[in-house]
Amino acid sequence: MISLKNISFSYNGNMVLKDISHDFLRGSFTAVMGPNGSGKTTLIRLMNGILRPLHGAIMLRDIPMGKIRQDVLAQEMAYVPQVQMNVFPATVFDTVLLGRKPYIRWNPGKRDKEFTSSVLVKLGLDDIALKDINRLSSGQRQRVFIARALAQEPDIILLDEPTANLDLQHQHEVMALLQLLSNTGITIVIAIHDLNLALKYCSEFMLLDEGRQVAQGSHDIISKELIEDIYKVKVRIIKEEGQTFIIPLKPL
Amino acid sequence: MKERKVLDQYSQFTRRKNTFLVIFLVLIIIIAFVSMLLGPSNIGFKDMMNVFAGKGEGADTQILLRLRLPRILAAIMSGLALSVSGAVMQSILRNPLGSPFTLGISNAAAFGAAFAVIILGAGSMQSGGSDSVLINNPYLITLSAFIWSLVACFLILLVARMRGATPENMILTGIIASSLFMALTTGLQYVADDIELAAIVFWTFGDLSKGGWRELVIQAVILTPVLVYFFRNSWNYNALDSGDETAQSMGVNIYRLRMRGMVIASLATASVVSFYGIIAFVGLVVPHIVRRLIGSDERYLLPGAALTGAAFMLVCDILARTVISPLVLPVGILTSIVGAPLFIFLLVKGIGSSQWK
Ligand SMILES: Nc1ncnc2c1ncn2[C@@H]1O[C@H](COP(=O)(O)OP(=O)(O)OP(=O)(O)O)[C@@H](O)[C@H]1O
Ligand SMILES: [Mg+2]
Repeated sequence: MISLKNISFSYNGNMVLKDISHDFLRGSFTAVMGPNGSGKTTLIRLMNGILRPLHGAIMLRDIPMGKIRQDVLAQEMAYVPQVQMNVFPATVFDTVLLGRKPYIRWNPGKRDKEFTSSVLVKLGLDDIALKDINRLSSGQRQRVFIARALAQEPDIILLDEPTANLDLQHQHEVMALLQLLSNTGITIVIAIHDLNLALKYCSEFMLLDEGRQVAQGSHDIISKELIEDIYKVKVRIIKEEGQTFIIPLKPL
Repeated sequence: MKERKVLDQYSQFTRRKNTFLVIFLVLIIIIAFVSMLLGPSNIGFKDMMNVFAGKGEGADTQILLRLRLPRILAAIMSGLALSVSGAVMQSILRNPLGSPFTLGISNAAAFGAAFAVIILGAGSMQSGGSDSVLINNPYLITLSAFIWSLVACFLILLVARMRGATPENMILTGIIASSLFMALTTGLQYVADDIELAAIVFWTFGDLSKGGWRELVIQAVILTPVLVYFFRNSWNYNALDSGDETAQSMGVNIYRLRMRGMVIASLATASVVSFYGIIAFVGLVVPHIVRRLIGSDERYLLPGAALTGAAFMLVCDILARTVISPLVLPVGILTSIVGAPLFIFLLVKGIGSSQWK
């Protein structure tokens, strides 16, 4: 679906990502993990075309991303950034309607509104369609942004820490929703800090440390040594009923 | 079906906004007619209709078509130009304090006009009287006002590029630019003679009495494409309002949108300031009134600001002509006296947190 081929990136000469390669398969649900500042957000911005790699290439269905116009790309790929606060109020409906942007030249039409309302109903947001998003809870707001991403009819959705600020119930709700979407064939990539949440819902993992890719693959790449090495925290790993849990013990 | 219900709710929601726009349009027409009938010489509704039908008395025709109508059109065009510019700047800078005046664009344009009058000799004074500034070359003055407002606008964009387009950076640069151009205008006053001095003072107090048909035509020629551009891009401004990264990921070229928007808003501002002088607070207060009434969806905000701005200016102009009649106050003083308390009121009520659910 989307492949990273030896990409590296620097902000003003400061190398932030070094030689990253990975294939994101169709319908996979990948967690990009790593300590603060390891380059997760940067990687997601690169994949979305907001940033351009310094070296290497990002291929979307074997087409170099640099060759795809951003508005055409937006019909295939949606991005849910981490910080989301509007200065001016906007309703849930208008926010989701904005997801139709890649398909419209000037203003949205009847079909865009119909599509929007079907997405709202699908995500159970129809009751709050005319509420100001700044007045929603974080959990509801995250759902609205996922709805906006879906309004783009994308094949790929990138999300930067979609579960930050959410309580236990809403964390699981959002992750279950993303898992459901990946099962329908949408490729999902998230940056996430909560290892256990990622282990429960994601199918692929990619670990970054100081801009280097230290591991990638499925559940079995997660080992005690790896986590202790990256996070400098002593952990215990428990495997129970096919699930893996990481319990932090103390800083190393 | 649930989908239908949401759609119906939404179209009801947008219909209310459209109703608001229509009401304001009607309101403007009514206020404009009232304004036509107000003044020292008593002209009745019948007399006015006769003039419009082309069979009015000579004196009435003179007063209505040469004095009052141009003034009313000047109020409408200036009000809408400043308000739409303010609304667009607020979106571009993602800051509720954006407006041609707070960003120093108005002061820069006023300096440009004074610069054209004094250094380039584009205007002169007739002796005495309140109508004593004579514009010899309106094109040169507008051009100079525009160029200098662009200087202010690029200053802001430059800082935005270097230090990031945060609200603080923009507003601080605006305040600095504002005082810089005020100082430069004061500097010009030093080298000016009495007559030129009066001309400079003229541009620091917005006054609509200078609106002749020639100026109105120039203004209309400038503002028509400006409005078309802004209205067409309202969905892009909506994207911008939801965050730079979101807008970019939707394919909006945010740098180009910001750059063009600032330049075009500056042009619209210059078309007002260069002819009538600085008219403060309209561009700041009017968008907030509209945000409160119909929300911040740019598709409705921009036309709403245009209509409300025109109505606001018409009312301020009526007040300017009537409060100490027969003396006519500069309308710029009225917009500040009305606008400043109104803005503080809106501030106390909470900017951006619209009552509109
Ligand atoms: N706009 C920027 N300009 C310069 N350096 C930046 C910029 N954004 C990020 N960096 C640097 O790049 C590195 C990677 O940052 P990035 O935001 O990608 O990390 P992250 O893994 O998302 O971190 P976090 O978990 O805290 O969100 C950090 O060292 C950061 O300081
Ligand atoms: Mg990050």
